[in-house]
Amino acid sequence: MKVLVPVKRVLDYNVKVRVKSDESGVDLANVKMSMNPFDEISVEQAVRMQEAGTATETIAVSIGPDKAQETIRTSLAMGLDRGIHVKTDEEVEPLAVAKILKAIVEEEKPDLVILGKQAIDDDSNQTGQMLAALMGWPQATFAYSMEQDGNSLTVGREVDGGIQTIKVNLPTVITVDLRLNEPRYASLPNIMKAKRKPIDAKTTDDYGVDISPRLTTVKVAEPAGRTAGVKVADAAELVGKLKSEGVI
Amino acid sequence: MAILVVAEHDNENLKDATHKTVTAALAIGGDVDVLVAGKGVKDVAAEAAKIAGVRKVLACDHVSLKRQLAEAMQEVIVPLMDGYDAVLAPDTTTGKNFMPRIAAVLDVMQISSISGVESADTFVRPIYAGNAMATVKSSDAKKVITVRPTAFAAAAEGGSASVETIADPASPANSEFISEELSKSDRPELTAAKIVISGGRGMGSGENFAIIEKVADKLGAAVGASRAAVDAGYVPNDYQVGQTGKVVAPELYIAVGISGAIQHLAGMKDSKVIVAINKDEDAPIFQIADYGWVADLFNAVPELEAELAKAGY
Repeated sequence: MKVLVPVKRVLDYNVKVRVKSDESGVDLANVKMSMNPFDEISVEQAVRMQEAGTATETIAVSIGPDKAQETIRTSLAMGLDRGIHVKTDEEVEPLAVAKILKAIVEEEKPDLVILGKQAIDDDSNQTGQMLAALMGWPQATFAYSMEQDGNSLTVGREVDGGIQTIKVNLPTVITVDLRLNEPRYASLPNIMKAKRKPIDAKTTDDYGVDISPRLTTVKVAEPAGRTAGVKVADAAELVGKLKSEGVI
Repeated sequence: MAILVVAEHDNENLKDATHKTVTAALAIGGDVDVLVAGKGVKDVAAEAAKIAGVRKVLACDHVSLKRQLAEAMQEVIVPLMDGYDAVLAPDTTTGKNFMPRIAAVLDVMQISSISGVESADTFVRPIYAGNAMATVKSSDAKKVITVRPTAFAAAAEGGSASVETIADPASPANSEFISEELSKSDRPELTAAKIVISGGRGMGSGENFAIIEKVADKLGAAVGASRAAVDAGYVPNDYQVGQTGKVVAPELYIAVGISGAIQHLAGMKDSKVIVAINKDEDAPIFQIADYGWVADLFNAVPELEAELAKAGY
């Protein structure tokens, strides 16, 4: 089957988040950016499907500025076949991302779109579900396990109380959770090889999608802080404190 | 303004997250109706009718809704939206699953996981795992919103809304439920518990969680874990408290052998009182703990249990 893997470039998960002093957003100038960690898992899954012979072609797609190409290269170095870069310097909301992906899906006709359950910057957790709805496809979100079974996939999903297993017919959208797999590091030869893999350069205009935002950011503020309290020496002191707080 | 709240339930009991979502809806203002979609939901609908401030309850009882899969929920909710200006659901794994489908079909940009209501079109939501709080204003005619239950108080009981049964939805054919493996426990649910005690990598093994469980049993607490403890295989993944796991805000949170990674703090820092037990006095968890106890957890936790026993717990 043909597999489309959308990837997003985000602030590296190890970097401390700094809110700009004018409260207009988070400071992204001169900080390390990386592939969204959930997307690394979807890339890994697509590569494994290719190695197992179930995926015949794997395509990375990223929407963003020139630098988003680096994220596509990373996924090609991990093993995907080719990339599509949809260039824009605007911030694109999940709804618009889903519409662009829909246009790409109609062109490329993949059997499976697999992507991270959420991006660790805006934490929206929307794109996969929105794409599935726009395509009229079924979805399996928060995938913990997946197995192909003829023309359908059996997917274990991480839900609040445990694991729920569902079966979805292809074509479908899968969003992945952390425990689906352990993403690989790209080897040096594969990084070199990835430089020769093709990346199609597109713009949002090519897909005729209106990306103007529906949400305006009024402000971005630091969360209410907590300060360190007191140290206790033993259990008796702790129990005494908790009793006087009225929490036990 | 008319607002539809989608109830969280398991066909038997209404979940507390529903009451909290009703609070968020009432803060937006207007007529608040609750949709109970499931199979055999008569009792759940009756429970929802008792929430104070609810105008009416819409009950949709159909076999396709038994597991509240996203495709089936879309078939129920989208047709109802002609009569509503906003739809709200808790941002549980159920709500997170179906709500963006509704938003996409309505051509609305969803506002995920709100923790505050500023006005009918302006909301506060955590971004970057709670390391920043964004205030966003929506220009969409209809609002599709998921609500972080821990950020809102539960709406009171005492209402007497009418219950209206709505027509059967179309059944989607391209996805089906196979099985469910839910963790069984006599302890309260993590997200609803008044007291949570969690273990981290410092626990060393799954067997060692027994010492935490003893304290939990004394306090009627739920047991949680950090991602490090889950990834190490000590406990199942549904124990995980953190940005990518469950977000909790109990009266009392006791962190045992947890260093305090950002991703864990994002899941528990809104707890009323935080206690940290860790032998590393430089652990970041102490910077947010109200009460810190620098000690080896294998001595401290049994000591705490004994002290609680002495105090009559």
